[in-house]
Amino acid sequence: MAEENSNIFDVRVITPDRTFYVGEATMVEFNTTEGEIGIYKKHIPMTVIIKPGVLTITGEEVKKAALHSGFAEILGDSVTILAEVIEWPDEIDEMRAMAAKERAERLLLERDPKTDIARVETALQRAMARINVLH
Amino acid sequence: MASMRDIKRRRSSIQSTGQITKAMKLVSTVKLQRTKQAAQNSKGYFDYMYRTVSSMLAKAGQIEHPYVKGNESDKKAVVMITGNRGLAGGYNSNIVKLVTRGDLKKEDMIIYTLGKKGREAMNRHGYTLAEDYSTMIDAPEYVDAMRLSATLLSAYRAGEIGEIYLAYTNFKNTVVHEPKLMKLLPVDKAEQIEGPVEEIQGSEAPMNFEPEEEEALDMIIPKYVTSIIYGGMIESVASENGARMQAMDNATTNAEEMIDKLTLQYNRARQGSITQELTEIIAGSQAQS
Repeated sequence: MAEENSNIFDVRVITPDRTFYVGEATMVEFNTTEGEIGIYKKHIPMTVIIKPGVLTITGEEVKKAALHSGFAEILGDSVTILAEVIEWPDEIDEMRAMAAKERAERLLLERDPKTDIARVETALQRAMARINVLH
Repeated sequence: MASMRDIKRRRSSIQSTGQITKAMKLVSTVKLQRTKQAAQNSKGYFDYMYRTVSSMLAKAGQIEHPYVKGNESDKKAVVMITGNRGLAGGYNSNIVKLVTRGDLKKEDMIIYTLGKKGREAMNRHGYTLAEDYSTMIDAPEYVDAMRLSATLLSAYRAGEIGEIYLAYTNFKNTVVHEPKLMKLLPVDKAEQIEGPVEEIQGSEAPMNFEPEEEEALDMIIPKYVTSIIYGGMIESVASENGARMQAMDNATTNAEEMIDKLTLQYNRARQGSITQELTEIIAGSQAQS
C-alpha cells in the first residue's frame, strides 16, 4: 500500500490473459468516452469507460502503452484498469498500424453508405493510439 | 481354460492399449500445466469484473435497464461448453446431465454449443441447437468470446431470447472439477449482492459513473458477459485436460493389473500343457515296455 501522506497510489492493469502491470504511480492518464483524463491521488471514486488511446503511467519512470478497450475503477488510493486489449510499445507492429490508419481514413472519405462508420472510427482510433505510443 | 494362444493375443492387445493410454496421459498432463496456468492468470480479471459489476448494481439502486430487468421472451439461451474429444471420464457427460436435468424447460432452451461432444449428445436428446462454436474450444481466444457474446446480446436485445445461461466446468484444482450452470443475463441483483461487495462499498464514498450508470451499464455488461464466457472456456479446457489425465491414469493402471493377471494365467496354462505333454510321454513309454 502507498504511504498515507505521499502522492503515490497503486496502479493495476489486468487483462483476461495476464496481469499487465502492477506498480505505484503519481499520475495516470488515459482516454475515456468522456475525454482524456489524468488522475492524481485522492481522486473521487469513479468508474469510467475506456476509449482507444495512450495510457501513460508516471511513477519513477514514465511508462506508455496502447490501451484499446475496457474500463477503469478509480478509488482514492488506487486505480484498476480492466483492459480487454492493451499493448506495450514493443508489441506493436508500426507498419500494420500505419496501414490500418490509411485504410480507415480512406473508408471514412469514401462515405460509402454500406460501411459501418462507428466501427471504422474505432479502428482509426486504435491505429492512432498505436502510432502515438511509438512517437 | 483358455488356450495359450488366446491369452497371449489378449495380453498383447491390452499391452498396446495401455501404451496408448499412457501416452495420452502424458500429453494431457503437459496440456493441463499450460491450461491451468492460463486459468490462473486470468482469474484476477474475472474476479474483479464480477466484483465491479456486483458493486455497480448494488449502488445503482433501481435501474430500469433491459440487462437487469429482462424482457418478454421465454426462450433461454444456454451456452454449453464441452470438449471436442471423448476419453475424458465424466467430463462431457456431466455437463450434458447438468443441462438436461430439468432446471430449465426443454422447449424453452436454445443451446449454443462449444464442443462437438456436447452438440452430439444434445442433438440426440432432441434439443433446439443454435450455431456451433466448437472450433473455439481448441484454443480459446478472447476475441472468440467477444464474437459469441455479441451474437447472444444482439439476440437478447431483439427479444429473441429472454435469459442467457452458461454451462461450464469449474476448475477447482487438478482433481476436483465441478459442472456449473450460471445465469448471465438478466443480471440477478439478489444473487450478486454478497461477499466482497461490502468491502468495496463500506469505507469508500459512493461511486460515480462517467457516463451515467445506465450508459455505463450498456457498455460494461457486454464486457462482463464476454469475460464470464471466456473464463468459462479456459476453466473448462483446464478441467477437460485434468479429467482426461485422471481417466487415462486409471485406464493405464487397469491395463497393468489386467496384464499381470493374464501373465499369471498364461504361465499356468504353459505349465499345464508341459505337465500334460510329460504325462503323455511317460504314459506312452510305459505302455511300450
